[in-house]
Amino acid sequence: MAMQFYASPEQIMRDRSELARKGVARGRSAVVLSYSGGVLFVAENLSSALHKVSEIYDRIGFAAVGRYNEFENLRRAGVRMADLNGLSYDRRDVTGRALANAFAQTLGAIFTEQSKPFEVEICVAQVGATSEEDELYRITYDGSVNDEPGRMAMGGQAEAITNVLKSDHRPDMSLSEAVRVAVRALSTVGGEGGAARTIAANQLEVAVLDRARVGRTFRRITGAALTALLDGDAAGDAAPAGGRAKTPTVPTEEAHKPTTSAGSADLEGNQNEQPEA
Amino acid sequence: MFTNAGTSSFTTFLSRVAPEMLPGRRPLPPGMAADMAPHATTIVAISAAGGVVMAGDRRATMGNLIAQRDIEKVHPADAYSLVGIAGTAGIGIELMRLFQVELEHYEKIEGAMLSLDGKANRLASMIRGNLGAAMQGLAVIPLFAGFDLAAKDPAGAGRIFSFDVTGGPYEETGYDAIGSGSLFAKSALKKRFRAGLSIDDATRLAVEALYDAADDDTATGGPDLTRRIYPVVMTATAEGTHRLTDAETASIAESVVAARMENPGG
Repeated sequence: MAMQFYASPEQIMRDRSELARKGVARGRSAVVLSYSGGVLFVAENLSSALHKVSEIYDRIGFAAVGRYNEFENLRRAGVRMADLNGLSYDRRDVTGRALANAFAQTLGAIFTEQSKPFEVEICVAQVGATSEEDELYRITYDGSVNDEPGRMAMGGQAEAITNVLKSDHRPDMSLSEAVRVAVRALSTVGGEGGAARTIAANQLEVAVLDRARVGRTFRRITGAALTALLDGDAAGDAAPAGGRAKTPTVPTEEAHKPTTSAGSADLEGNQNEQPEA
Repeated sequence: MFTNAGTSSFTTFLSRVAPEMLPGRRPLPPGMAADMAPHATTIVAISAAGGVVMAGDRRATMGNLIAQRDIEKVHPADAYSLVGIAGTAGIGIELMRLFQVELEHYEKIEGAMLSLDGKANRLASMIRGNLGAAMQGLAVIPLFAGFDLAAKDPAGAGRIFSFDVTGGPYEETGYDAIGSGSLFAKSALKKRFRAGLSIDDATRLAVEALYDAADDDTATGGPDLTRRIYPVVMTATAEGTHRLTDAETASIAESVVAARMENPGG
């Protein structure tokens, strides 16, 4: 009979944490901020079809970094749970806190029971009536939950990004100010020799939970509306508030991007561009 | 159970984790149950230039009694489609809520809306699931209409689908009505409908048709001027679904009633 090597529980947990942390740090980052008109999500994402930011329920959004297949699995679970609770009780009874707890339970169980933890970090955000009532929850690979104060960054070099947010972010910002702060924070890391870099509009995934809207508040900001916000055009602030919800439509042409890889590389593009975290 | 790769369909998910929440999955004791629950009555839908109009009266009946005077039977199914229900009110409302969640769920999971035909097929399979209850008198028949975002010709983008207890869907040309007063509403529409009506004309026509249904069918309620209860009228166009305000439907209903004072036959 083969001898089993002894590994202490502490060692096993440390190894798993390290694996998960490295996996999360390899990915491009995401930022979640509360601003005067709602909650803003900005993620660096080369794919326009595979989302890092998405809608869970009326006033609840989801953002994640790490391995796409793993957080997509969690996102679907969140949508199912929210829709099931909303149907059996009422739409108002679906809360971000309950979802954050469910995600934490799931991630905690996976971390302790399975041989490989999920290499993800996720944010559940709920927009309130005022920016003080916004709720941002950070859930990490081991199932720990943190209630964040109106802003958070996830992914590679999150600390450096958080520092920029801490100094520049105010909860009473307009949408275009908030987008520019988020993009500035994201671009402070990953440049040549630690310098800032520029991130093009087509590499950003931007969405908001619009405080003023009733019903489903989640909207993606793409194309011309996004460029206007990045250019600091104040008119961009007003644009998303008017009109009806921009709901996704049936794609008119086939997607050209291959979606074969189940790993995170499909979202991260050429890994050679990435500095070591 | 939530994290299985599974399906994008909410009802398929429910059938696995909470089958008791699907109306068709509940065991029913034998016997007829038709007189036990309130029934919802007449819904009309009219396709117009650039969209579709759906309107429903506000009455629910139980045998010879009026169970409710202000029930709402026309609802948005999602951002571009409308659903109206006739038949057993309780099951109808449950099915309609389930259908709304089904469409929203698919949209959130897949990041894209179902096609209009896909939505109609989904509704058909949900109605089919209720066949057992329908055979015992608890039938629900919906009317489904929407703006087809994939339509080549914007004039034909407003489409209407009808169903029967065994499912469907059957696409209707121009207009359709369901419920106990549908015979009279359809007769009225047959004489007055013209292709390419404007949304405003179609709205007025829908209220006229409901008036005709209420005129000859006791289970359909006409505009209730004393209590200020008017039909629910909704439209689905390229801008999405829209419910006419109470003031708007009041003014249409009042002008219809005023015209009928002159000529009761319309």
